[in-house]
Amino acid sequence: MITIKDYKKASSLEEAYELNQKRTNRIIGGMLWTKMSSANINTAIDISGLGLDKIEENDNEFIIGAMTTLRDIETHKGFDLYTDGAAKEALHHIVGVQFRNLATVGGSVFGRYGFSDVITLFLSLDTYVQLYKGGIIPLAQFINMPYDRDILVNIIVKKEKIRCAYKSVRITKTDFPVLACSAALTKSGVRMVFGARPGKAVLLTDAENIIDGEITEENAEQFAAFAKENIKTGSNMRGSAEYRSHLVSVLAKRILMDMGGLEK
Amino acid sequence: MIVTITLNGKKIQRDIAPDTVLLDFVRNEGCKSVKRGCDTSNCGLCTVFIDDKPALSCSVLAMRADGRKVTTLEGLQTEAEEFGAFLADQGAEQCGFCNPGLIMNAIALFRENPEPNENEIKEFLAGNLCRCSGYEGQMRAILNFIEWRKQR
Ligand SMILES: Cc1cc2nc3c(=O)[nH]c(=O)nc-3n(C[C@H](O)[C@H](O)[C@H](O)COP(=O)(O)OP(=O)(O)OC[C@H]3O[C@@H](n4cnc5c(N)ncnc54)[C@H](O)[C@@H]3O)c2cc1C
Ligand code: FES
Ligand code: FES
Repeated sequence: MITIKDYKKASSLEEAYELNQKRTNRIIGGMLWTKMSSANINTAIDISGLGLDKIEENDNEFIIGAMTTLRDIETHKGFDLYTDGAAKEALHHIVGVQFRNLATVGGSVFGRYGFSDVITLFLSLDTYVQLYKGGIIPLAQFINMPYDRDILVNIIVKKEKIRCAYKSVRITKTDFPVLACSAALTKSGVRMVFGARPGKAVLLTDAENIIDGEITEENAEQFAAFAKENIKTGSNMRGSAEYRSHLVSVLAKRILMDMGGLEK
Repeated sequence: MIVTITLNGKKIQRDIAPDTVLLDFVRNEGCKSVKRGCDTSNCGLCTVFIDDKPALSCSVLAMRADGRKVTTLEGLQTEAEEFGAFLADQGAEQCGFCNPGLIMNAIALFRENPEPNENEIKEFLAGNLCRCSGYEGQMRAILNFIEWRKQR
């Protein structure tokens, strides 16, 4: 249960930022994660009136406002096309449509949750986080930064020529993932991300140049072994480290086969 | 704090505590179809439409709905009765507690996708839990309803 003493709909980012400098105040995104805590919030800062709930696409990038809902990302035609359906696959398991109509990308990324499908997906793309004071920084850097009182304004995805795929393993359909895997095949090779290890998502690049040219069943298996060796996993109530490491190799192979058009 | 919401077509203004969630707000206004079935934003029982999009009223502040349109089952009588009759025909439910949330979200589905296939139905309704049944009756009811609408 949370309690909120005061509620302020910010009329500018500056106002929201100023309010957010007080430790007892809190930005409200979709509030779904916040609601699960027992915080006593002094002022709830509502940034829903700042036009940050839109996805803008141009020739070079997608600019996704922090208040954009997960459902709006999932159903965005341009983003779906760009990610070969990976975005939809990453998001559509998250609880339900009514939930995803509220949950925001800003809250999902700012929270830096280990289980996050959202971060796993975006980390496999060329993604940047635009902070009000902190400027534009790579997502890979942001997720390892300590929590501060800045405001996440936009998520920026730079377009490149890629093929994408996403897969996760879940004990039941709408539960948190036991392991999530997102990959992009780019001009400079494979980028594969593992989330819900259960630690924060990590990026694996093809340092040994295993996928050199076309994907085959053989090099997919080699890459899967390489991933299993290099991705650190841990245990929690959803699975042991050993089980997760096994899943790392299974998902890595499947995802490569999928991207290579070889999936049976 | 003063909030103005168009609830089921009627514009109302109320003075509420800032941490009032939309679920408690609409129930206070007599919309008793909207229920709380969990503490974790998982069950879908509390589904309402905010500006025509289905959302969990247990998880959103009433203040967030300021200036917006909120619809509950009470505001969708005809649509709800039509589809509800198909659920009843299948004896789909036992306690029926999950019924209003399911009907709300099914209506949202039919509006977005008038002729969904079984996979699309399962996917859209994944956030509506029923503790008594195995969803078989609900699925039959939905498929029958779609068929009936096609033939109308
Ligand atoms: C029951 C449940 C199941 C879930 N299952 C999954 C799952 O399977 N996969 C998955 O990926 N995720 C899952 N999630 C997480 C969910 O998808 C969201 O990531 C999460 O709820 C945070 O988004 P929100 O909009 O609700 O953020 P909020 O709860 O509003 O905010 C979270 C935090 O971020 C801060 N914040 C929000 N927006 C900003 C901003 N713009 N700038 C700075 N700070 C900000 C808030 O102050 C708060 O501290 C689940 C959550 C719940 C409650
Ligand atoms: S009461 Fe269970 S999701 Fe809202
Ligand atoms: S019939 Fe009892 S919860 Fe669905």
